[in-house]
Amino acid sequence: MAEELKVPTMAELFAAGKSPEVLFWVGCAGSFDDRAKKITKAFVQLLTKANVSFAVLGTEESCTGDPAKRAGNEFLFQMQAMTNIEVMNAYEIKKIVTACPHCFNTIKNEYPGLGGKFEVVHHTQFLKQLFEEGRISLEGGKFKGKRITYHDPCYLGRANNIFEAPRELIRKLDAELVEMKSCKQRGLCCGAGGAQMFKEPEEGVKDVNIERTEQAMEVEPEIIAAACPFCNTMMTDGVKNKEKEDSVAVMDIAELIASAENL
Amino acid sequence: MMEYLPNIIFAFVLVVGIGYFARNMNRLRRNIKLGKDVDVSDNTGARWKNMARIALGQTKMVVRPIAGILHVIVYVGFIVINIEVLEIIIDGLLGTHRIFGSLGVLYDVLIASFEVLALLVIISVSAFWVRRNIIRLKRFIKPEMKGWPKQDGNMILYIELVLMILFLTMNAADYQLQQLDAAHYTKAGAFPISQIIAPIFEGLSISSLIVVERIAWWLHIVGILFFLNYLYYSKHLHILLAFPNTYYGKVKPQGQFKNLDAVTEEVKLMLDPSADPFAAPAEDAAEPEKFGASDVTDLNWVQLLNAYTCTECGRCTDECPANQTGKKLSPRKIMMDTRDRLEEVGKNLEANKGKFVDDNNQLLDNYITREELWACTTCNACVQACPVSIDPLSIIMDMRQYLVMEQSAAPTDLNNMMGNVENNGAPWPFNQMDRLNWANEK
Ligand code: SF4
Ligand code: SF4
Repeated sequence: MAEELKVPTMAELFAAGKSPEVLFWVGCAGSFDDRAKKITKAFVQLLTKANVSFAVLGTEESCTGDPAKRAGNEFLFQMQAMTNIEVMNAYEIKKIVTACPHCFNTIKNEYPGLGGKFEVVHHTQFLKQLFEEGRISLEGGKFKGKRITYHDPCYLGRANNIFEAPRELIRKLDAELVEMKSCKQRGLCCGAGGAQMFKEPEEGVKDVNIERTEQAMEVEPEIIAAACPFCNTMMTDGVKNKEKEDSVAVMDIAELIASAENL
Repeated sequence: MMEYLPNIIFAFVLVVGIGYFARNMNRLRRNIKLGKDVDVSDNTGARWKNMARIALGQTKMVVRPIAGILHVIVYVGFIVINIEVLEIIIDGLLGTHRIFGSLGVLYDVLIASFEVLALLVIISVSAFWVRRNIIRLKRFIKPEMKGWPKQDGNMILYIELVLMILFLTMNAADYQLQQLDAAHYTKAGAFPISQIIAPIFEGLSISSLIVVERIAWWLHIVGILFFLNYLYYSKHLHILLAFPNTYYGKVKPQGQFKNLDAVTEEVKLMLDPSADPFAAPAEDAAEPEKFGASDVTDLNWVQLLNAYTCTECGRCTDECPANQTGKKLSPRKIMMDTRDRLEEVGKNLEANKGKFVDDNNQLLDNYITREELWACTTCNACVQACPVSIDPLSIIMDMRQYLVMEQSAAPTDLNNMMGNVENNGAPWPFNQMDRLNWANEK
């Protein structure tokens, strides 16, 4: 990595009497998971490159409560939600961007009922907008002509009807976007949602991520693009399981763009 | 008196048929109302639109083109042939024959299109039968489809087939009678399909033709009344319930799960520094609410309506990632279990003068196992796939809530995860103070 990352926190900006354009909600995976941290950094590089004034909550951020809620623990979920909302309301946050569809869904759809009304965008939507505003542009064709298939995260796609923004970004890479047999509204889960990420799967003939990886392999991609840190892990494991990690890369869309920009 | 006998018999059959149907619809209402109340008065515009689009317009059916198109044919056939049924009822009560015949050319067109539709229905129903019994599509041979559900699926096809054949036979005999200038059988209608069948009646006397025509006519209407009453016992109920069900279906983003208000109250109290944690509960405090669902009466009435609407097509199960990878979970089974248990509760009420007597049975464990519930990834594939806006996921989630909040019976891994969220603000055992470390790591 060329330069040090500059990551301002809300607390710092607030102390200096400033408020950023957006709050970057990093999420638990983005903060702690080694693979997902790379996505976080790539996105920060893009924000920096585009001169977006942003901040993170840092140590003041806490789990949105998504895995607790979907495991059935409404109580724990609401404790988390209300604490987070209190913090964000205290900083008068208006707009949030996040690279995690689970955080996105929860903050966008479930926080308003608990007093947290924010404009929430997914990083693929945000990046698309930065392109449209000319704040970032792509030159050179590192991914030109490469076969890329895109895995729709359930909580971005079906759950919130965002199918086009990530695909448009892939097209910006001059790549060849190939669709799996289950895509968009009929996309297949990676197997991580509903708190499955944190437990052993029930008995079956195979794990969901293997099935999904097989679907991806059918279209013979060079890259599997993801837009969710959990999907990323699941697909990476699937590719390893198929011993294809040398020929197929699993990358977040933010990483693809950052890499095309040689960041 | 004697000459009115057929009219009297007809009226009697009609009253019995419709009366029995009304009784069953009452039961249905009563059972659905066993569910908890839920406010569905919002978004009326979107709701009407959903009903028009999904139930009337069948937009979700055609996602699978073959089944979709065949289904649209049977559906249109069903709707249109109801006009014919109306005529039969008037004729039956008044002793007239083809009372709409005076419509002239319009009538010709009507009868001709009924006939064409009847033929198309026969073809479609046969194709459906082949798919179920010869090709044996995967989704029709899942474990939950053994026994009655399988029989029921075929029964519906047989009844529809017989009804259509009777309809065409009746018309064919009528056509012959018209050619022979039989009294009462004035020339009315056009018979493009039954004309082709008519020659098998060649040479029959007028009186035998009348016998054939009358038998087909009576069996046709009695068959329709039978079918009407069969609905309650069958997945075929969807032809009625698809409409209210799509109206009351989810209008929020699929990813938005409801927040329990009772919990919100409690959490607010806990987070409020000024609240006295040792305060005695208010005098009028209601009985603490049970969290989640362990039986059908814990579900809301829309979920129960869902259960009666399910037509067991298995599109949900087909798209379910858990099911696709061989796990026990089948969203269709969740709906079928809910309906079966609800029926059982309803019968219990009837047998005990309207009071439910504990039967040592409940939806959780006795019908739906924990293994099924924990296999769900909450991906919404089932919700998306359902052609009649059923939400199996909401039932799964309510039951998980019961397991976790009432029974503390989550799998150990999940308990660890929840412990971490509670203590560290993340599902993993990392310190909250390390949350920004990534920014400084190379
Ligand atoms: S939400 Fe659950 S039941 Fe529905 S398809 Fe996904 S895993 Fe299956
Ligand atoms: S819930 Fe919907 S998709 Fe599933 S079997 Fe029933 S009608 Fe079909």
